[in-house]
Amino acid sequence: MNNLNRGFSLRRLLAVWHARNLEFVRDRASLIFTVGVPVALVIAMGIIFGGPPRPLFKVGVLGPQQNYAFLHERYFQFVPEHNPAEAVHAVSRADLDLLLDLRGRPARYWSVQDSPKGYVAEKLLLQADPQAQRQPITGSAVRYIDWLFPGVLGMNMMFTCIMGAGYVVVRYRKNGFLKRLSATPVTAFEFLTAQVLSRLGLTLAITLILYLGVGTVIGFHSVGSPALLLLIAVLGCLSLIAFGLIIAARFASEELVGGMLNLLTWPMMLLSGIWFSLEGSPRWLQWLAQVLPLTHILHATRAVALDGAGIGGILPDLAYLGGTTLLFLGVGALTFRWRSD
Amino acid sequence: MAHMIIDNRAHADSVPLLAVKGLVKQYPGGVTAVDGLSFTVREGTCFGLLGPNGAGKSTTIEIMEGILSPTAGEVRYRGEPLGRRFQAEAGILFQKTALQDFLSVRQTLALFRSLYDQGMSVDAAIKLCALENLVDRDNKKLSGGQLQRLLLAVALINDPAIVFLDEPTTGLDPQARRRFWELVQSIKAQRKTVILTTHYMEEAQLLCDDIVIVDHGRIIAQGTPPQLLAEYGVANLEELFLKLTGEALRS
Repeated sequence: MNNLNRGFSLRRLLAVWHARNLEFVRDRASLIFTVGVPVALVIAMGIIFGGPPRPLFKVGVLGPQQNYAFLHERYFQFVPEHNPAEAVHAVSRADLDLLLDLRGRPARYWSVQDSPKGYVAEKLLLQADPQAQRQPITGSAVRYIDWLFPGVLGMNMMFTCIMGAGYVVVRYRKNGFLKRLSATPVTAFEFLTAQVLSRLGLTLAITLILYLGVGTVIGFHSVGSPALLLLIAVLGCLSLIAFGLIIAARFASEELVGGMLNLLTWPMMLLSGIWFSLEGSPRWLQWLAQVLPLTHILHATRAVALDGAGIGGILPDLAYLGGTTLLFLGVGALTFRWRSD
Repeated sequence: MAHMIIDNRAHADSVPLLAVKGLVKQYPGGVTAVDGLSFTVREGTCFGLLGPNGAGKSTTIEIMEGILSPTAGEVRYRGEPLGRRFQAEAGILFQKTALQDFLSVRQTLALFRSLYDQGMSVDAAIKLCALENLVDRDNKKLSGGQLQRLLLAVALINDPAIVFLDEPTTGLDPQARRRFWELVQSIKAQRKTVILTTHYMEEAQLLCDDIVIVDHGRIIAQGTPPQLLAEYGVANLEELFLKLTGEALRS
């Protein structure tokens, strides 16, 4: 009988709705994570974004921060800087909207003219101190979109890697395919490595399409070696996929794993430097960001693509990504469960 | 050297293919699913493990398959604890399992064949399980009977010496069930040892050489079908089963 001929029944709808709710509530692990993740997010965002209104502009300051009217402007975050060369570089990289040198008078400043935030910050500075003198930025300045683009690629890579690989393994466990495989000589490490490599190929293909397609549209081009970018992408994907597989290694509930994967991805969304630099953030937050694989992927990618860094300049990031891949795969293999019961 | 060979033969004859000794399985919460089972399985026979729902037969067969660990007792294959040799020489058709939806029958068999060092060719497994007309069909498009035949082919792909069939015909229509029985008989004809659990007493009577009936985790009857029928004075295994386990509905 065609379902369409049965007409609408609120009773049936409510019965199915009630059964689904019961199922969800009785799956305690899923319930805890589904409710717990938003609560954890609220706490995390409260810590990161709480307190007084967030500053709109980030300004580096060389020299003493006293007796200068501009430093009392609202919605500015003034970050003490000690190394002039590095600070100027941070402006050119869009890590800072403006750099102010108060070691002499008149004050000097650096900003990127085609950066909207740099432009507004400069206008407000000149209103407070018309004598301030603009200084040229040596080397090519980086557009915000050039700074942002690796972050967007990294974010897409993160979701494709962590979510994709994780859910497949959970589905295999839930429907019994893993149980069937467990009766063969294949080991947990072999199985997980195969999943990692399969997802790696897919993610690299998607990332390459985005890099070439969107990169062409926005006029992005890397000043560094494409081979190094590929190496970063490969190691980064491996680390992210293995990161997700740690969660997927044990559980058979998609809702539970969904909550736990969210718990992995949200900190990376906020802290890895996809949207904004953590320059001037509390030291502990910057330290926490360093634990996350995506931070190293973005740091290395920007170093190569924007600054033309060689392999020596990104070696610590590559080592971290390689090391975490092995660590995560090892932990995943040790904690792996073939069965759902 | 000749003396050595004679010794080995004598040893092989005396050691059962599979020996279950003092098997106990307790789950958290104090539930004892298996309570001191001991029996042996002769090579080249079909061994039936029967019992009502909740009797402990699935737990027992999963321990015998090496999938579950016992709380106490042991399972020995050719006189040795279950290990690599057992894994290479055993084929398993689980009661509840799945294959990858979007792989074809041939691709699925190729996958499982590649997981073993030795075994039969994919074409041989296809022929053995009468899958010739389904080789390019996706797993998700197979009927219940076709899927069970594919799962049997997967269980046989390593050309096992011992095959575990855990309720293989549950949910199949009578035609598919009878076709499956023919396949099991062809496997038996190859001198492979079959371990079968089933709720269908007709199936057990037709296929099994030795039978163990368990209830509440313990053996309540054991023997060949003719021996059991004679011992309890019943006409068939279904009567015997009801006589031993009662007619009340089991969960």
